[in-house]
Amino acid sequence: MTIKTEKPLLSAEAVKKDLLAKYPAKAGRRRAQQMVAAPGPGREAPEIVSNARTLPGVITMRGCTYAGCKGVVLGPTRDIVNITHGPIGCGFYSWLTRRNQTDASADGAENYMTYCFSTDMQDNDIVFGGEKKLKAAIREACALFKPKAVSIFATCPVGLIGDDIHSVAREMSEETGINVFGFSCEGYKGVSQSAGHHIANNGLFKNIIGINDNGPDGKFKINMLGEYNIGGDAFEIERLLEKCGITLVAAFSGNSTYDKFAASHTADLNCVMCHRSINYVAEMMDTKFGIPWCKVNFIGAAATAKSLRKIAAYFEDAELAKRVEEVIAAEMPSVEKVQAEVRPRCEGKTAMLFVGGSRAHHYQELFKEIGMRCVAAGYEFAHRDDYEGRAVLPSIKVDADSRNIEELHVTPDPHRHQPRKSPEDKERLAAAGFSFKDYEGMIPDMEAGALVIDDLNEHEAGRLIALYKPDIFCAGIKEKYGAHKRGLPMKQLHSYDSGGPYAGFAGAVNFYREIDRLVNSNVFGLIPAPWQESPELYAHFAWD
Amino acid sequence: MLLRHTPKEITGREALVINPAKTCQPIGAMVAALGIEGCLPHSHGSQGCCAYHRSTLSRHYKEPVMAATSSFTEGASVFGGQANLLAAIQTIFALYNPEVIAVHTTCLSETIGDDVPQIAEKARQEGKVPPGKHVINASTPSYVGSHVTGFSNMCLGIVKNLAVKTGKRNGKINIIPGFTEPSDMEEIKRICAMMKVPVILFPDTSGVLNGPLTGKYLMFPKAGTPVEELKATGDSRATLALGEWASADAAKYLDSAFKVPPVILDLPIGLSATDRFVDALRKAAGVTVPASVEFERGQLLDVMADMHPYLYGKKVAIAGDPDQVTALAEFFLVLGMLPVHIVTGTPGKRFEERIHKMTGTMGRPVNVKCPGDMFLLHQWIKNEPVDLLVGNTYLKYIARDEDIPLVRHGFPILDRIGHSYFPTVGYKGGLRLIEKILTALMDRQDRDSTETGFELVM
Repeated sequence: MTIKTEKPLLSAEAVKKDLLAKYPAKAGRRRAQQMVAAPGPGREAPEIVSNARTLPGVITMRGCTYAGCKGVVLGPTRDIVNITHGPIGCGFYSWLTRRNQTDASADGAENYMTYCFSTDMQDNDIVFGGEKKLKAAIREACALFKPKAVSIFATCPVGLIGDDIHSVAREMSEETGINVFGFSCEGYKGVSQSAGHHIANNGLFKNIIGINDNGPDGKFKINMLGEYNIGGDAFEIERLLEKCGITLVAAFSGNSTYDKFAASHTADLNCVMCHRSINYVAEMMDTKFGIPWCKVNFIGAAATAKSLRKIAAYFEDAELAKRVEEVIAAEMPSVEKVQAEVRPRCEGKTAMLFVGGSRAHHYQELFKEIGMRCVAAGYEFAHRDDYEGRAVLPSIKVDADSRNIEELHVTPDPHRHQPRKSPEDKERLAAAGFSFKDYEGMIPDMEAGALVIDDLNEHEAGRLIALYKPDIFCAGIKEKYGAHKRGLPMKQLHSYDSGGPYAGFAGAVNFYREIDRLVNSNVFGLIPAPWQESPELYAHFAWD
Repeated sequence: MLLRHTPKEITGREALVINPAKTCQPIGAMVAALGIEGCLPHSHGSQGCCAYHRSTLSRHYKEPVMAATSSFTEGASVFGGQANLLAAIQTIFALYNPEVIAVHTTCLSETIGDDVPQIAEKARQEGKVPPGKHVINASTPSYVGSHVTGFSNMCLGIVKNLAVKTGKRNGKINIIPGFTEPSDMEEIKRICAMMKVPVILFPDTSGVLNGPLTGKYLMFPKAGTPVEELKATGDSRATLALGEWASADAAKYLDSAFKVPPVILDLPIGLSATDRFVDALRKAAGVTVPASVEFERGQLLDVMADMHPYLYGKKVAIAGDPDQVTALAEFFLVLGMLPVHIVTGTPGKRFEERIHKMTGTMGRPVNVKCPGDMFLLHQWIKNEPVDLLVGNTYLKYIARDEDIPLVRHGFPILDRIGHSYFPTVGYKGGLRLIEKILTALMDRQDRDSTETGFELVM
């Protein structure tokens, strides 16, 4: 799909200079390292500082470790009782606010996602410790709900006062006979949500993955990692996989259940959607169980087709490859019809995407498919590999903020390690163009001269909008209404505002229509009142 | 069923809160700070607090909500957040240049014991605060009270940090409107203008959190209570604190520090509470109530008389903040409705007492819990169903499961608009509340009535 790029982009250097002009000197020097110009497709990405501390006072888009752990990764699982150990706020704010859908319609299915559980710590608990209250809360939860698992999420004060949630979890596991486990995801750890993803990955891996060997039957069994079923994305992906005859063992963690996590090691391939939030689980499952992983992307119709073909290629099965082609052939006409309809109205318009650790990259696909250009983009909480590709992994220095996040030492499981592909298989697949553990990053996909900014803040967002005057701005809820006030349509790419799904083929159609609606909206054209457009004075004769 | 695990049988809980009817202090402090002209709220803690508060407030108001954070990392949590706050103050003035930075604490900075006034003083000494600009603060530990307490503490912080006494009375009445909507604050100012009473209303989020779309974004719109007015609160004739939980502390401080007499009132929701507000305002300012105000009162009373048959005897469950819930319960009682289940998450000994006293004439027992949660409320409803639910958006899960109409009121409302623009305080606000309640009840009657009993005229 070609994009019209005749109109030259603004000079990235000039924009950068404008953005940095107002900073105190030291802060400006640090921000400068987090802004680079994309060299153009296929060229080696320049180094960009990321996963670095947020500058205090900038009005950041970022959230905290607890949000990454409880909110993002564990939030979408419906049948675990997630207890927030802390004052009431953290549990309250992460209660149903992320639009993770779940299908709990089966008879007897458990669904705790509509509930908020908290120990609601009071000053006494801060002074004398909260472990007793936490134990009592777990007992009360078990008595009321008889869940199959309870998890505990630590908030800031818990770490400071030294409550040992893990020993509480062990003790309560013994007492209740169910799996109780904790996440030390205090908000101050790390520099963003990213640390929370890592902690969540570790906890899932240590406490659930691999404890139930009875997975589903199926010839082609995969896990979908880093897909959170915002607005029903996972349902669309599930529909496509089923149509292709691919068995989804577990999704991490959209529309997921505890039992599916527990049996996820029975899959034969891990497909990674959001590289940032879940690559740790993929890596660890490869080492422990011998399950290879590859990067997929179901955002964008072409990307969806490519991802399905990639899965088929992995299984080296002619029948599967044929079915995948049939599914793509059956799905594409309706996608292409809407593309053709929408493209004339969207072509040449410009977008900015500042969100997530993958979404700012993935959604560029959808914009390209209707002829729109991405003039600037960046992640909120990504690392260098998400920008520059995994090739830079060995050169990433581990700083103090990352060092305090546990790195699990993983070894092959003596009973369950079973390499799905031999070294010869892998070589053969590689020779045929299949790449394992492959994430090329966002920058190599971007137009030459497009600006890449890590950890964008309110000041910079305002300047970017003023300078580029894009047709649409994509970020999160905190940025939404500021964009509207500036007369600019805004699409949330964390929770999608109200729409979705945007994944897969049906999702692509939804997204094209949504962007068409936004960039061609009548509302923003009505900003000047008639009298402001012709402000000349009118007078009356005195005898009127 | 969305809340399929909630059992009818009620068992005591000591430790586990389920589906809270409150949130934490800092968000209330942020709202109060947004009601100061030219103010940027600042959250001294880890950045997640600020992100969560801004997200929730953006969803509630559908407006940009700006606030900065000290972005604590593990190092700051161990060694203290002074360096972070100093850097933040410098960066905020360089990038955003507000008139005021209003710093509130979090459970993190409170637990480690950061001394914010001392850090602010250090910032001033180091020249990080430009001349004429202000850094004010409030202590808002999340493990005490609720968002209402946080709002109250920031109101207190405002007067503690800014109010002065020049010795020359300014003839104005201070009004603290409580944790209410920008529309409510606007309405209170309108009533005061009708009564020709000069007031200093603070905080005032009208025009800040319900601003216009002009194509130009102003981080600090020409709205909110100006700093000069806040300074002048020490010279006022009296302070009317609307809502004991959210507003009394600041009023009491103005009394003890500057001898500005306080009048602590309920939120003026419903006829009787609005009457008390108007009467108190009249007495404090020494004015007579104009016919225009009496006209609006008469309109409300007229509708109350006309629509009484549709309201009388209807059972209501209410969840919300104590100032709102108390006033609503009183209004419902006057309308002949039966507020049978009442919870608030905000702790406070007087709440249950007040509700029991108020509902004593109802001739039947009332379930009231403070602090209580929505899980308990739901269990009460399963044991004794109601005709109407009144409270925030989270009640929609109970409403759907139990098939009960819901009127949204309070904080947060994440799924409907209107609260920012149409008040529920004052006589006009009373009219709107009745309209909303009647619409909910009558839509239900239309849906549920038999074909034979279906009514054209209601």
